[in-house]
Amino acid sequence: MKKRHGGSRALAAYSALVYVFLYAPIAILVLFSFNRARQTAVWEGWTLDWYRSLAGDDLILGSLKNSLIVGVVSTAIAVVVGTLVALALGRHRFRGEGATRGLLYLPVIIPEVVFGAALVTFFGALAMRLSLLTVIIAHVVFCVSYVAIVVRARLAGFDRSLEEAALDLGARPLATFWRVTLPLIAPGIVAGALLSFTISIDDYVITSFVAGVGATTLPLQIYSMLKVGVTPEVNAVSSLILLFTIVMITIATRLQQQPPAAREDVS
Amino acid sequence: MPTENSVEIRSLTKRFGDVAAVDAVSLDIRRGEFFSLLGPSGCGKTTLLRMIGGFELPTEGAVLIDGEDVTWTPPYRRPVNMVFQHYALFPHLTVGDNVAFGMRYRGIARSDEPRRVADALALLQLTGYEARKPDQLSGGQRQRVALARALALEPEVLLLDEPLGALDQKLRKEVQVQLKHLQRSLGITFVFVTHDQEEALTMSDRIAVMSRGRVEQMDDAAKIFERPATDFVANFMGAANFFTGSAVAVSGDTMRAKLRAGGEVRLPAAGGTREGEEIRFVVRPEKLSLRARDLSVRGVPSVPVTIEDRVYQGASTVWVVRDAADERFTVFEQNATPFDEVGRFAVGGKAFLCWNPQHAVVLRGGPAR
Amino acid sequence: MSVRASVRERSAGTWLALPTWVTLGLFFLLPLAILFVISFGQRDTYGGLKPIADLGAYILSGKFLANYARSLHPIYLQIFWRSVWMAVVTTAVCLVVSFPIAYYIAVAAPPRRRNLLLGLVVVPFWTSFLIRTYAWMFILRTEGLLNRLLLATGLTNQPLELLYNHFAVLIGMIYGELPFMILPLFASLEKLDLSLLEASADLGAASRSTFWRVTVPLAMPGIVAGVILVFVPSLGQFIVSDLLGGAKTILAGNLVQNQFAIARNKPFGSAVAFEITAVVLALLFFYALYTRRRGEDVLL
Repeated sequence: MKKRHGGSRALAAYSALVYVFLYAPIAILVLFSFNRARQTAVWEGWTLDWYRSLAGDDLILGSLKNSLIVGVVSTAIAVVVGTLVALALGRHRFRGEGATRGLLYLPVIIPEVVFGAALVTFFGALAMRLSLLTVIIAHVVFCVSYVAIVVRARLAGFDRSLEEAALDLGARPLATFWRVTLPLIAPGIVAGALLSFTISIDDYVITSFVAGVGATTLPLQIYSMLKVGVTPEVNAVSSLILLFTIVMITIATRLQQQPPAAREDVS
Repeated sequence: MPTENSVEIRSLTKRFGDVAAVDAVSLDIRRGEFFSLLGPSGCGKTTLLRMIGGFELPTEGAVLIDGEDVTWTPPYRRPVNMVFQHYALFPHLTVGDNVAFGMRYRGIARSDEPRRVADALALLQLTGYEARKPDQLSGGQRQRVALARALALEPEVLLLDEPLGALDQKLRKEVQVQLKHLQRSLGITFVFVTHDQEEALTMSDRIAVMSRGRVEQMDDAAKIFERPATDFVANFMGAANFFTGSAVAVSGDTMRAKLRAGGEVRLPAAGGTREGEEIRFVVRPEKLSLRARDLSVRGVPSVPVTIEDRVYQGASTVWVVRDAADERFTVFEQNATPFDEVGRFAVGGKAFLCWNPQHAVVLRGGPAR
Repeated sequence: MSVRASVRERSAGTWLALPTWVTLGLFFLLPLAILFVISFGQRDTYGGLKPIADLGAYILSGKFLANYARSLHPIYLQIFWRSVWMAVVTTAVCLVVSFPIAYYIAVAAPPRRRNLLLGLVVVPFWTSFLIRTYAWMFILRTEGLLNRLLLATGLTNQPLELLYNHFAVLIGMIYGELPFMILPLFASLEKLDLSLLEASADLGAASRSTFWRVTVPLAMPGIVAGVILVFVPSLGQFIVSDLLGGAKTILAGNLVQNQFAIARNKPFGSAVAFEITAVVLALLFFYALYTRRRGEDVLL
């Protein structure tokens, strides 16, 4: 036991270093978003100017609006499609079950450049103009997988006898789903939705292939700003995104921590 | 229209792949009786219960409730309610909402629900628990909520799937008695599944003992206990004292049989036994006694045995003895007199195994599969 | 079971899965199939596809493999090789760096801190990859923070070229992928039964021996999962090499994007894309074999 104390102190110190490594760049980013200097690495005092200029930056605001539209719409669709397939995989035996599972893994596995290239080629073949719609379509595809995974995890511990009890007490299958199943998997669905939304907001690579003129999303806008040069506004918008992400995760984690309707047969 | 039988099961079979979990079972369960399906795990009792409830569809056969064929009727349309093994209380609803859950499907007005919930809870001594959540209740309380929820819908038949399994010994015994009283006062047919023979005997009017998908014996509780019909039932009910012999003479309702271990005994005659036929019979451990002397001259079956073991159990002593044919028998003796270390019989010594000839139960069918 | 009932049971699952098949089939599988077919084509002057006069001859002559053959050209092989070795280095460094911290959180840390410590790893995990890569741009630039510090402290008298080279890309990749290694390792180590470690010590094994003979084998599922989760995206990396790298650090992902966006040679870009995909699928195939053999929990 003694050895553990000494050893674990070294481990703790090392871990602290790793945490510093993980957070320092982000912290620096946030810190310098308040830096008065344009020449970003020299500290010249506090200011909110860059945040203010964000508020007036039409390009940023426009791209944010696009990101939100894409995020909300693709999440809404992905949640429905993903929850349905999670239900299918979680409680029904059907032909093509294994294939469905494989299909859902693919968007997560296939490199983003490949999928992006494939989609833009596809839209080209259909003579379909690139627009916000094409971005939404792309986002739905990869978000479905994430929603399915999260909801499926929630379903895994679900006690089927609860549904049987509802049927037994007189509720038809639809009423059972509505009054028993859905409320109990709802936290999982919401967590899946948050995950889907976050991923959609963040996506750069795939979106860059399929976004048309006027369909610039926030990551695309930031990227083009980066290519031109580093500006504090980028720091500012990054800090805001960071904040948003942290809030999303906190909510999602709280939801996932709610005890699921677990089976009681532990004996 | 009220029929005598609440539930009729006609040649019901359920196959999973090649295995028949329930194999051509036919049963009648009478209105208002407490009926138990008893057997070891895997015997098909739960599957059978679930088919009555509508949660499994049979491969063959039919289920009738009150004379109506409900084989293909979904659970929500059967006049039957189930208490699940782990209670299946809805964790996101309060006790009150749980109990009220099915009421709207029975045409009960929403405004009526609180009163009915209160009545149901009162029946199970849970008055005032409406606002609690299931995770705030003890195991025994949850079980009562599950009962209240099912009974609140006034079903014709109540199905209970080993509902006492999760309770501790003491609570179990209390609840057994309470359930029995509840059933008597309500007059509803109860179909109860258990693997515990004592539990079945305590509560049931009739019992069906099942093994490997088939009913080994269906009878009044006492008869199952006292007069097991097959090897399996004898074993399961703890009457595993098997005597083998052949019928020597049959006259009326008694017969004489020659034991494999030697000697002759008088037995009640099983209908249709022919002379020379091989027979098997059991005598329950508490019906056997050990004597120092051979009492056959007085017409009491007395088999010479060697005492192999003696187990003191406080209120009783269990003797394990062997006969000349090397068969083992268990004798259960009440310690009516204070236990005496140096008793009448010592391990390794000899004695005579005796019983009242009327207490022997001749088995039908061959040895247990 | 009656035919009616079993059909009802079967079809419920099929109906529920149908929207997924329609969506993914139409907008994922079909595009990939088209991409695959295009990889055998040739570009025309306008960046489209050149129509093929005689399909039979085209195939028989082997011309349809032209793009794949071209990808074996040294210039491109160099790019593939760079992608591979950078992915390997990233994965290896991530593994070595992550193991101790994952071990700490899972085993050595006081239990009440565990959620917090884990949460601190999860935050970077979810944060935009783009932003986290930008952070290093900010730090490593010639006018960036690191150079300012080095100049200020007098360690150098000239700003260093920290950006637009292999070093920067590696830092960016390692930094970006680190949480993807820590989390699976943690998940695996969390399930570690401490009494097994104590038993090993009891049997006389010194710490180091216990580590290699007990801890590592037991954590192997997490190690394998982490390696896959880091290596696969690293192979297809685009952002880090685009932002932090330069002309000298083009990776396979950049090559694909370049062919589609700039060079407008879709057929060739497709061929490269599928070569990357082939490697990824092969790796995952072996991973699937590995997990199936161990009967591991699958996400779906």
